[in-house]
Amino acid sequence: MKQSKLWFTLFIAPILFAFIVVVIVPMIVGIYYSFTDWDAIRTGSWVGFDNYARVFKDKDFFNSFVFTTKFAIISVISINIIGFILALLVTQDHKISNFLRSVFFLPNLIGGLILGFIWQFIFTRGFDAVGKLMGIEFLQGWLSDTTTGFWGLVILMSWQMSGYMMVIYIAALQNIPQSLLEAADIDGANSWHKLKHITIPLVAPAFTVGVFLALSCSFKLYDQNLALTGGGPYNSTQMLALNIYNTAFRFRDFGGAQAKAVIFLLIVAAITLTQVYIGKKREVEM
Amino acid sequence: MSSNKHRSKKVILIISILLAIIFLAPFYLVLTNSFKTQQGIFLNVMRLPFGDFFNPQNYIEAFKQLNYIRSFLNSLFITVFSTIIIIIFSSMAAWMLVRTKTKLSTFLFFLFTSAMLIPFQSVMLPLVNIMGRLGLLNPIGLIFMYLGFGSSLSIILYHGFVKNIPIELEEAATIDGCSPIQIFLYIIFPLLKPITVTVSILNVMWIWNDFLLPQLVINKPQWHTIPLKMFYFFGQYSRRWDLALAGLVISMIPIITFYFIVQKHIIKGITQGSIK
Repeated sequence: MKQSKLWFTLFIAPILFAFIVVVIVPMIVGIYYSFTDWDAIRTGSWVGFDNYARVFKDKDFFNSFVFTTKFAIISVISINIIGFILALLVTQDHKISNFLRSVFFLPNLIGGLILGFIWQFIFTRGFDAVGKLMGIEFLQGWLSDTTTGFWGLVILMSWQMSGYMMVIYIAALQNIPQSLLEAADIDGANSWHKLKHITIPLVAPAFTVGVFLALSCSFKLYDQNLALTGGGPYNSTQMLALNIYNTAFRFRDFGGAQAKAVIFLLIVAAITLTQVYIGKKREVEM
Repeated sequence: MSSNKHRSKKVILIISILLAIIFLAPFYLVLTNSFKTQQGIFLNVMRLPFGDFFNPQNYIEAFKQLNYIRSFLNSLFITVFSTIIIIIFSSMAAWMLVRTKTKLSTFLFFLFTSAMLIPFQSVMLPLVNIMGRLGLLNPIGLIFMYLGFGSSLSIILYHGFVKNIPIELEEAATIDGCSPIQIFLYIIFPLLKPITVTVSILNVMWIWNDFLLPQLVINKPQWHTIPLKMFYFFGQYSRRWDLALAGLVISMIPIITFYFIVQKHIIKGITQGSIK
């Protein structure tokens, strides 16, 4: 018995140690720090809810919360719809289906920072050139105001993540029993009916995964935000993660930044827990 | 009926190809313009890099400015070592957690799983503070941090896989006098191969592309990874699209090459990783 405890410790201790030092301790310390006036060098003294009071009065933070939420809602919808359509298209059994899958998935491999720079070029140069060539004013001056910055981020994220969703939906589509679709064929159902009454209901669990995955990714977005708009103009496209970073490293307000970080933790955890709850509920129903 | 079906299949194919072209267009524009002069990019983004627009020197300059070989090796070193230790320690831990049926092992597994809830930004400030005090704001510290952040997903994936391995084999080996280390090394780890491939790929893709953690941890330019170098390079040359685009192209080459080598496994890995 003694010996088995020793083995248990030996096998689990290394990764548990790293996990505790890197995740658990900073989380607990972070909650404590959010109630102090620490400045990244000195530990600071207890200030109660001062940091939180300041954060709730911080207009920039409120704006970035609103911006992030709007962005998350729109991009979750567009990422999942495009991803689902792509999955339907590439499961039609063409010779080039595999090639198409690789193409749609490609943007996913590349880091958000590089993707942000690529699209900065496309929006500011590519769009501009096409706009001038064809006399479309709407395509000119992208990323220079809040609206185009917003839609720029949505386009970038849809381009990047819909291939990822496609992979998830392909797996779900392949789990649909062929016999069901064949039976529907015999009954004279058309493609639209099959999609509506068989495919979509059976893919529903994957939709839950897709929606929440996109939701938490959108809320945590940092690299793409930094590289595409940098939060500008005038912080109007600054999302939560970037706001926290800037509060700490630009304004040197570590207490405030950590209070924001704790609020951020609560938001993201709530999103994920809702997903788990819905998943569990569905399992029970089935 | 059949010709109708044939036609609709053709329509779907055409739509798919059009979408593929739209998806590839940004890469195409970046690639063609990266071979052009600054003026060529400014005058006409659509024109191909021929004639007086053609300027392959961009690549030589970007290669030098990015200190490419060094940045590539830094990224490679950090990604490979982090992934290896994540694989070793998470498979060991997951196996032990499955095979030990105590309250402690259930609690520890729960702890690893629930940490998936924690977004990086909510722990980054105290983390950097703690690591700074320990003198670990360097590549070694970075690898250690990747072990900590990579632990949750990797343990969950291994845990799910180990549960389906029959225990009889291990029992027989124990009777034959094998120690747990021997059992793990010679029996379990080889059996884990399919999931090890998945765990490796997910970790490689994440660590290779990661930007924020290296930005916070690595302060010496000689240790900059590719994304980090690209960030500073871009800041310096944001008005020089000719250089910036060439830099973007060479910084994408390694991961795209990796993709074409292990493509099949990536798709499988994503599916497994997302469902868990």
